[in-house]
Amino acid sequence: MIELIEISKTFPNGVQALKNVSLTIGDGEFVVIVGLSGAGKSTLLRCINRLVEPTSGKVVIDGVDVTAAGPEELRRIRTRIGMIFQDFNLVKRSLVITNVLAGRLGHTSPFRGLAGLFSREDIDVALSCLDKVDIRDKAYVRADQLSGGQQQRVGIARALAQMPSLILADEPVASLDPPTSHVVMRDLKRINEEDHITTIVNLHFIDLARQYGSRIVGLRAGELVYDGPAQDATEGTFESIYGRRIHEGDLRDVEEVGRSERGSRSSR
Amino acid sequence: MSKRWAEVNGEAGPRADAHAPARPSKARTTMAFIFVAALYVWSGIGTETRPVSLLLGIPDMANLFSRMWPPNMAYLRTMVVPLMETMQMAVLGTALGAALAVPVVLVSSRNISRYRKAYYTARAVLNLVRTLPDILLASVFAAALGFGALPGVMALAVFSFGIIAKLTSETVEAIDPGPLEALSATGSPRINVVYYGVVPQVLPQFVAYCLYVFEINVRAATVLGLVGAGGIGMWLQRDMNLMMYRNASAIILLIFAFVLVMDFISNWLRGRLV
Amino acid sequence: MSAHRISPKSRLCRAFLLVGAVIVVLAWAARGVEFSLTRLGVGVPQVLRIMSLMWPFSWVHLPDVTVRLIETFQIAFLGTSIASVLAAPIGFLGARNLSRVRGQTYLAKFMLNAIRTFPELLLGLVFIRGVGPGPFAGVLTIGVHSIGMLGKLYAEVVEGIDTAPLEALAASGATRAQVVRYSVVPQVLPEFASQAIYRFEINMRAASILGLVGAGGIGTPLLFALYQHDWPRVGLILTGIMIVVTATDLVSSYLRSRLV
Repeated sequence: MIELIEISKTFPNGVQALKNVSLTIGDGEFVVIVGLSGAGKSTLLRCINRLVEPTSGKVVIDGVDVTAAGPEELRRIRTRIGMIFQDFNLVKRSLVITNVLAGRLGHTSPFRGLAGLFSREDIDVALSCLDKVDIRDKAYVRADQLSGGQQQRVGIARALAQMPSLILADEPVASLDPPTSHVVMRDLKRINEEDHITTIVNLHFIDLARQYGSRIVGLRAGELVYDGPAQDATEGTFESIYGRRIHEGDLRDVEEVGRSERGSRSSR
Repeated sequence: MSKRWAEVNGEAGPRADAHAPARPSKARTTMAFIFVAALYVWSGIGTETRPVSLLLGIPDMANLFSRMWPPNMAYLRTMVVPLMETMQMAVLGTALGAALAVPVVLVSSRNISRYRKAYYTARAVLNLVRTLPDILLASVFAAALGFGALPGVMALAVFSFGIIAKLTSETVEAIDPGPLEALSATGSPRINVVYYGVVPQVLPQFVAYCLYVFEINVRAATVLGLVGAGGIGMWLQRDMNLMMYRNASAIILLIFAFVLVMDFISNWLRGRLV
Repeated sequence: MSAHRISPKSRLCRAFLLVGAVIVVLAWAARGVEFSLTRLGVGVPQVLRIMSLMWPFSWVHLPDVTVRLIETFQIAFLGTSIASVLAAPIGFLGARNLSRVRGQTYLAKFMLNAIRTFPELLLGLVFIRGVGPGPFAGVLTIGVHSIGMLGKLYAEVVEGIDTAPLEALAASGATRAQVVRYSVVPQVLPEFASQAIYRFEINMRAASILGLVGAGGIGTPLLFALYQHDWPRVGLILTGIMIVVTATDLVSSYLRSRLV
């Protein structure tokens, strides 16, 4: 269980990204966080694994106070949290398998990691993770030779290789085209259901949020403004989260918008 | 005519009292010129520059050249070993310098260095080391350790270290931070974050810098002997002192050819790096 | 999509071969210079010991060192300035996009390479033969050597310019000289100046060593101090060089950033 207790974050330049956000997420949930750019989604996600340090508040995961953990303990906590990034964050020059094995680094001794000597087990884990996202045949290909969608699947495999209990996905499909976005979201949903890994996803496409999320959390200007089941979220819900009318840029599949619902043609 | 133009175009036309754009101050440019000219004159006097001397000296230089021609090519047979020593000095010096540079780069790169004081210290040391030319270091080391190849190698190592560390740090500071963030997020130990995230991104550039420094070191190694630090330069020094000019010119030609070949090889290797 | 199927085995093989080759080369090099870790183990502490002897400096030599450092600056300044002007025509000659005579660029670049590859210290010796030892020989050495270095860089700058303005000017009926003056020169002048200033940085270092063979500047007192193992004096000189060169580097960076 993940508890976010009164998380606030003010950056050194004075920007207050999060204001007293509190949230409790149960095991196995698939939570989608929506909000405009700058609403604080990324910051919130990164506070959970302390890639960003909260200015105040606590993060408690399975009873462990993450915010108070020392560096070594934090590292251990992070090995149980897999993260997926908008720009994939793969090491472009390295092979796919190496990128996925990086997910095992937290579980390997530093020296073995330096020597590149991963155990047979680790390699098997890595290959089976690649299998899970259907990209095992590219294991020995250089990462930068894959398409965007394939690279993101490698990113997912890397997170899976950690055998995590929690997956954080920061705008995982923002850099992908519509069909690929669906593939990736479907993969995330499937992993959440099959392996019961709690998943928290940041999205700014509301149609994807409604389609794949089971619970939707809305952030606006750093504050929590909505928290409820996905099927209860209407167009009006999102408009109140965003504070404005919905337009085409908020939807992944533009064709799905009914003509009568098309809002004003504001610039993207 | 301008009035007609103004009527046709429906504008008021140029007004007599309109502000012309301000002209850049001529005074400042003139002052700059005078300053630079003064610098020239002052430098000329300080260095005892007398173009006349040059003209008068041409016969002496021509004399020297005539005594150096034709070069004694047979002499080169005995120069093979010294040439090898020169190349070995360049290779070792570059390798040692590169090896020394690796740990320091971890400290002197702002994005992966952990302690600010260490970062500033490392940066300062690198900047100071880079002010001393390789031959200067070689002459100091030769005076401290005695003549031979060892001071030469050490001097080249220190010199290479400075350049490689500085250039590589700059490359490291410019890498994509994304993969590093991802690796930290997996809970990987810090040293592995560096090894898996930083190294693949900078390795080709690092090797390119090593080759670039190697080129410089090859040139330097050929003349380090002139200050006693080993290599073919020592034989050149000896021949010049003994006035065996035809031997000396043979050595100079050999150095020439050698540097050109090494440059070529180095450029080819760098091209293959991509 | 052209993806290489690199099997893990062949990659490992390649890596091993590469590492092996590097080790072999290093071992050969070490043997040749009778290098060994033990010799290094003796050499490094010795150098450190000498370095400790350099402090405190022998302040009594400060006036002489200062004068010599100024002289070094003058040598570098004069040499670089003259070279920066003289190298320009040769740079133009060596540029492929402006040449009209076949082989013109090759000849120019060959000449420049010849000058560049000739070791500076040897050039110094030659000039000493001509005008006697002293700073003038240093000026000539730096000047001639820099013509080679700058000429090549200038040629590369010229080769990299935007030719569109040239075409425009030529189309408007300007003579060739006018085309050069009004479209080439404005484009290359700032870059030429920047290269010359950077060259000056390097030449400050070069000028400090020319004295080691007698061509004036701080190298001359350094040579004496080293010969006499007068380490406090050596320390003073080295520190002086570090300060002056650092100052030059800073000024140079500032000027160059204001240019481009």
